[in-house]
Amino acid sequence: MNVRAHMSMLFHLDKCIGCHTCSVACKNLWTDRKGAEYMWWNNVETRPGTGYPTQWESQERFNGGWEWDRKTLRLRLHSRLGGLMKLFFNPSLPTLDDYYEPFTFRFQDLFNAPAGDDQPTAIPVSMLTGDPIDIKTSPNWDDDLGGSNIYAWNDPNLKDVPENVRQQLQELERVVYNYLPRICNHCLNPACAAACPTGAIYKRAEDGVVLVNENKCRAWRMCVSGCPYKKVYYNWSTGKSEKCILCFPRLETGQATACAHSCVGRIRYLGVLLYDADRIPQAVMVPDDELIEAHRSLILDPFDAQVIEAAQANGIEDSWISAAQNSPAYKFVKVWSLALPLHPEYRTMPMMYYVPPLSPIVSVIEEDLFKLDFANDVRDFEVFDRLDATRLPIKYLANLFSVGNESVIAAIMRKLLAVRIYMRRKTVDHDIDKKTLAMLAEAGTDMQEVEAIYKLTTQPNLAESFVIPKYHRETTIEAWTDPFDQKGETGFGAIRPPRRGE
Amino acid sequence: MAKWTKETCAPVERKWEEFYRNRHQHDKRVRTTHGVNCTGGCSWEVYVKDGIVTWELQATDYPALEDGIPPYEPRGCQRGISFSWYLYSPIRVKYPYVRGVLLDLWREARQTHPDPVDAWQSIVNDTKKRASFQQARGKGGFRRISWDEAQEIIAASVVHTVKAHGPDRIIGFSPIPAMSQVSFAAGSRFLALLGGVSLSFYDWYCDLPPASPEVWGEQTDVHESADWYNSRFISVMGANLNMTRTPDAHFVAEVRYAGAKLTVFSPDFSQVAKYADSWIPVHAGQDTAFWMAVDHVLLKEFFIDRQVPYFNNYLKKYTDSPFLIEIEENGSTKEAKPGRYLRANRLSPYQNTEHGDWKLLVWDRLSGKPRMPQGTIGHRWEKQEPGKWNLEMRDPLTGEELDPELSFTEAYDDTCLLALDDFAKSAEIKRCVPVRYVQTGQGRVMVTTVFDLLMAQFGVPHGMAGQYPKSYDEDMPYTPAWQEKYTGIHRDTVLRFAREWGENAEKTNGKNLIIIGSGVNHWYHNNLLYRSAITALMLTGCVGVNGGGLAHYVGQEKVANQASWSTIAFAQDWGKVPRQQNTPSFHYVHSDQWRYERGYQAYDCLPAQSKVENKEHTMDMQVRAVRRGWLPFFPQFNRSSLEVVRDSVASGASNDNEIIRNVVDKLKKGELGFAVEDPDAAQNWPRVWFIWRGNALGSSSKGHEYFLRHYLGTHDSAIAPEMAGGTTHEVVYHDKAPQGKLDLVVDLNFRMDTSALYSDMVLPTATWYEKDDLNTTDLHSFLNPMQAAVVPAWESKSDWEIYKAIALSVSTLAQVHLPEPVRDVVMLPLQHDTPDELAQPHVCDWKTGQVEAIPGQTMPKFRVVTRDYAHLYEQMVSLGLEVGKNGVSAHGLTIPVAEEYNRLAERQPRQVDGQTLPSLVDAREVAEAILALDPVSNGELAYRAFEVEQHKTGQDLSDLAEGLRDVRYTFDDIVAQPRRFLTTPTWSGIINKGRAYTPFSMNVERLIPWRTLTGRQHFYLDHEGYLEWGENLPTYKPRPDHLMLDETQLSLAAVKEDKLEGKMLNLITPHGKWSMHSTYSENERMMTLSRGDYPVWLNDKDAAELHINDNDWVEVFNDNGVFVQRAIVSARIPPGTTFIYHATERTVGIPKSPLRGKRAGMNNSLTRIRLKPVLMSGGYAQFTYAINYWGPTGNNRDTFVFVRRIEPPEF
Repeated sequence: MNVRAHMSMLFHLDKCIGCHTCSVACKNLWTDRKGAEYMWWNNVETRPGTGYPTQWESQERFNGGWEWDRKTLRLRLHSRLGGLMKLFFNPSLPTLDDYYEPFTFRFQDLFNAPAGDDQPTAIPVSMLTGDPIDIKTSPNWDDDLGGSNIYAWNDPNLKDVPENVRQQLQELERVVYNYLPRICNHCLNPACAAACPTGAIYKRAEDGVVLVNENKCRAWRMCVSGCPYKKVYYNWSTGKSEKCILCFPRLETGQATACAHSCVGRIRYLGVLLYDADRIPQAVMVPDDELIEAHRSLILDPFDAQVIEAAQANGIEDSWISAAQNSPAYKFVKVWSLALPLHPEYRTMPMMYYVPPLSPIVSVIEEDLFKLDFANDVRDFEVFDRLDATRLPIKYLANLFSVGNESVIAAIMRKLLAVRIYMRRKTVDHDIDKKTLAMLAEAGTDMQEVEAIYKLTTQPNLAESFVIPKYHRETTIEAWTDPFDQKGETGFGAIRPPRRGE
Repeated sequence: MAKWTKETCAPVERKWEEFYRNRHQHDKRVRTTHGVNCTGGCSWEVYVKDGIVTWELQATDYPALEDGIPPYEPRGCQRGISFSWYLYSPIRVKYPYVRGVLLDLWREARQTHPDPVDAWQSIVNDTKKRASFQQARGKGGFRRISWDEAQEIIAASVVHTVKAHGPDRIIGFSPIPAMSQVSFAAGSRFLALLGGVSLSFYDWYCDLPPASPEVWGEQTDVHESADWYNSRFISVMGANLNMTRTPDAHFVAEVRYAGAKLTVFSPDFSQVAKYADSWIPVHAGQDTAFWMAVDHVLLKEFFIDRQVPYFNNYLKKYTDSPFLIEIEENGSTKEAKPGRYLRANRLSPYQNTEHGDWKLLVWDRLSGKPRMPQGTIGHRWEKQEPGKWNLEMRDPLTGEELDPELSFTEAYDDTCLLALDDFAKSAEIKRCVPVRYVQTGQGRVMVTTVFDLLMAQFGVPHGMAGQYPKSYDEDMPYTPAWQEKYTGIHRDTVLRFAREWGENAEKTNGKNLIIIGSGVNHWYHNNLLYRSAITALMLTGCVGVNGGGLAHYVGQEKVANQASWSTIAFAQDWGKVPRQQNTPSFHYVHSDQWRYERGYQAYDCLPAQSKVENKEHTMDMQVRAVRRGWLPFFPQFNRSSLEVVRDSVASGASNDNEIIRNVVDKLKKGELGFAVEDPDAAQNWPRVWFIWRGNALGSSSKGHEYFLRHYLGTHDSAIAPEMAGGTTHEVVYHDKAPQGKLDLVVDLNFRMDTSALYSDMVLPTATWYEKDDLNTTDLHSFLNPMQAAVVPAWESKSDWEIYKAIALSVSTLAQVHLPEPVRDVVMLPLQHDTPDELAQPHVCDWKTGQVEAIPGQTMPKFRVVTRDYAHLYEQMVSLGLEVGKNGVSAHGLTIPVAEEYNRLAERQPRQVDGQTLPSLVDAREVAEAILALDPVSNGELAYRAFEVEQHKTGQDLSDLAEGLRDVRYTFDDIVAQPRRFLTTPTWSGIINKGRAYTPFSMNVERLIPWRTLTGRQHFYLDHEGYLEWGENLPTYKPRPDHLMLDETQLSLAAVKEDKLEGKMLNLITPHGKWSMHSTYSENERMMTLSRGDYPVWLNDKDAAELHINDNDWVEVFNDNGVFVQRAIVSARIPPGTTFIYHATERTVGIPKSPLRGKRAGMNNSLTRIRLKPVLMSGGYAQFTYAINYWGPTGNNRDTFVFVRRIEPPEF
């Protein structure tokens, strides 16, 4: 057992309101500068939809992530040797059209326009060239576009959703959308790092944050292609790749990442997961239908004495172990089995997790009248026994989070609904009857667990949502300088920005 | 291992990480917030590095409410977090600007006129010169000027206008003070000292829900968002919480896990629908029909089929349902109709009671007689025996407890066949109600209860004869089957919803919540829509219960410290009586939109047997409303109000009363006229307009193209014909409407928005991160500070500093032009929360000789005010003595503050004429004064306020503030941490010990009456106007169709003649995701995260029919104007509609219109306003005017447009 600690984020999608405050917080802090305009380390996608960059999940096109042929695990992009051959020609790289041309407006004209015979207006211009631009796409072009026959229809995750259901998604009966916020998954088996010819990408030992060393990066951009989530971006100004850094300067000082801090839907949780690094190879090389279980099995019980001992032996500080014990991510992912990684089939072992969302009941149209498709005999939270009657097809969610396995999603949906039904019985009927207890059992849960889920879903204050371990920065710094010296010197060093070609 | 996860092997290499650490460094963090337009009231921390604002993140230290409620934080959305973009962006107004044409004229005039006032006069009195700069408005040609020169021009225009036309030709518009109270007060205080006019906003935005004053006598009072978490059945209607209540939406997402069910009503699959249990896409604007059917089911299943004690007791105690209504017989047709509440003084035991016309009756089961309970409005204003204004069901004469009968169905003298209105069919329905006979001084009358009328109105079969439906399946008002044709919703879905509604309320004692908003409040008949839903709430005992009731969030109207703030903001500390104008009437009249319509007969709905003549125009109703004292109107007279006083004094009036008598005399004789009677005459035009904190010519200009034409005198794209000629009776109709009424438009702004672009002068204001101010909201219960993180950038100044500078310049010029104090007579309508509520038991008109003209009774009231223009600046910056003497007021309570005033004078002294007054020189001092003198932030004042309320109600109340008496919040306190409001009777919620604010909980628990006629919540409204319009009972009126609106005919002709491929659609303009009204809409962040424009949403099938693909250019047009943008196509939009998220700007990416030639306009280019006459009712109980409180609203949702695909247009 080789115990390591990881900072993980959990997204409760059923609470996401699609506001994109997270995206702006991130942009303000990290990517509001030349060469980084189009970078959205954090973005929010409307689903069904095509995402950003457009159709990033089409690995047939972008060749991100890993492939396992039951013998070896290879980057889809290339073998290492093949990669070197492709250094100067990489057709899998997304182009500006897959992203968007950053734009602004010629606001100055409103002040400077000479007196004329019509009103001046600020026309759109490219941020790259300064020339007038015909805006054709943006990082969130299909925002709220449920029922779009261009965007929603072309979501790759709709594969295997029955044709009649797909058609209904274009109609009143079933039109729907939800949101998918995404940051770098800080994977255990990062394809970006594996793809980098210069070894510039590393995973930090203390918290698992995956970083591109801006001094070492040589602009090969293999990471951009290799990442199946398209979360590494190439800075055209500095000639270096950049990506989400999980706000490590904030984590190191006990503050939540900017995206989590600013999450006004309160959907994000931060916490430590302990995992067994020795078993990563086993976990990524299993058949598709075993991936979820293999992934979960990597995550260790932070209360287990052996795990604690092994963690301590690996130099994991006690503050991290206790953080792992209080970790909301651990509860959602492992204890309650409510959260899943995004596209585990990419086999990068993503360490960010999602609670899949509920959605309203479908309807039928009778003689041009809209009628909710309720069963006659069930009263509250009708979809518990009829998960096929939720607007978001279970199959669709399964394609996002469980390699198409619907039963994994169904179990989660039932448990979420069980919490709601139980709490309704408790606070409205003031009666937890046998039927309710039977329902809990059917959902694979019990009173104690639903109470705990309820509490962490609705009540947490920020200290409970974000359980950030105390970083011992002095021990990290010690590797290159005496912290006593650092105290007097930090900040005085001239900032050395990354330079192209260096 | 290294093979799988490449961990760092060379720690020294990791030194590079400082690259990102350095970015994260900052020099300081400052708590502040965002200051206009938004209900968030979020606490933010702004990060400053190198003296530059770099970014902002939410503050996360709100005090917690009681256990079990999720924390508030983090509050703050995608818009707020984008604000820092504005500070240094190229759209920032950095310097004062004036249009070159005007500047040249000015400088030329100043060459020949050493006196600035003379210079201004020489320009505006020269028709050609005046027209030359008016026509240049909005067309570029700005030039930078100095502050000195800008102030001089403004002061010259102000002084000239005061002298030549009177001060009430100077107007100001700034919306929603709560967000930045000092900044609002800067301009309103200046105007109030000057005698200028403050324009309302809440009614103009159509954010005011008139149903709230109708039912509760309250402007709006709503739950703080944390209280949503106490609900167990939430219906969201016309509100898109994720989009517009972004910081609070989490409570809804979370309470579902506490067991609440969520139903969303919205014609489109909206953002909030995504986590609903049920989404019910009621056809746009047809929610009334749905709720009428819900009410039908509730009445049947929870009152007839079986009884729920909680519901019955609630109705008797807290609603007007047991009160007695007279049945009136129409003289000619002998048709019986429900009439007015039976008045107490018509019965012999009560004939001598004070205000007997205003005390009402119930049928007491115990004594078997009609009896007068306490708590009606007559008790509220009682002088002889105060202390009886409470909700104890008791006869105040004997002290006996009463048990009112809700219904006469068990014992009645007779039944009576009533004629009820079916507006959808323009027909009458005949239904019987049980009645009793009552002997009055004027003979025997027939009465029934409000509850029995409800049963009849909703058609609930309960053993009475008449046209009652036999089952839910019969298509008759208001069954589940009936509503189908309007809503498109199957009856089974209605039925299920209604049953769940009733059951939840029964099990939880009223924890049913409706969260409601602009999506439904902007329809013409919004008051009926709201009443239909409120009826369901009242029937099931939900109002005044934590987690229950109506939560209307449209426009942030809660200035928590209203009592102290309004005193300062309207210069009442100097004894000023502010001129406060309801803006819907103002713009309807002055921007000449009334001339383009046939009047309400075209679009409103009167009973089939209406007595109203068919020739009347809305404008006639407007003029009468002013004459009767129902609504304000400015300019008030067709002459300067200063001159009028001067003449009165010259003709012998020696005191205020004589001046007023003289004025009334002249009005009666017709020697003096109301300006509203001839608004197009030059002497009645508004002349100078100050705009700050708002977008009066842009997103706030409903009928935008008419603004451009009639106010500004510049280009426009309207083609609608004028059609009011010959249809009006009360107004002078000029054949040619004036264009360019305004002499000068001054805009204070930090960004070059549409208003700035079209103004004559733009003054650079401080942004929200550059000034000190106060901020409150109704979405939470905390006082927030706004603080300067950096100094106002470039040449900008805070609003407070700008108005101070203007005041100083005005005072300087006044020393020459208006050196002595002058007297002004101010005309006011009858006022809410004053004894004026008892002014007019019947509608009357002195002009026709029906009644005597008595100011404050049958006509407006008048106050004589002294203006000291030479000392205007001194008054602006010091808090006058009157507040110490008179106290502060809210909700009809006057709270003494003398000690606190004196303490404030010691803390921030300023010497004025040998006296020490509290200084208001700095914005922070103003904020301190607001905090010190208001009961929400001063516990001693909260205690005193309860003592005053105790005296009026006879109920023990002061215990509610007993523990708060030591609390004194200062600005430093709220900088340290947001602080929670205190419980005070200036609001209606009890919030002690962390309890979430829910409106009317104080009324329910402490028996304080609602400020209505009965003192209870009203199902029934008996103002004669409501009887005439058939809106006395909750009812359904159909939406005006496009033919009634007269705004598509010429466009239709063009479509036909020119064979344009266009389709008529209903234009829906909900609040947007990427802006707060127009603010942030051009912000680079928001533009990037959306589509870089203001897209026109279309249903996929409508789009296909018009050959429109996603992102194609489209032209949207009607007779009012034109809009050109790109299409966005989705099945989530209902067919037959087009959505344009409201408050677009003309300034960003707007091409020329292929159809109309000029630059295409904005969403308001397509609108024109139509006032609803019944909402003008006044002088009667809750139907009395207060600014932003009552009056017709600027509804604009019933708009139809054509949409067509166009080739890429020219910029």
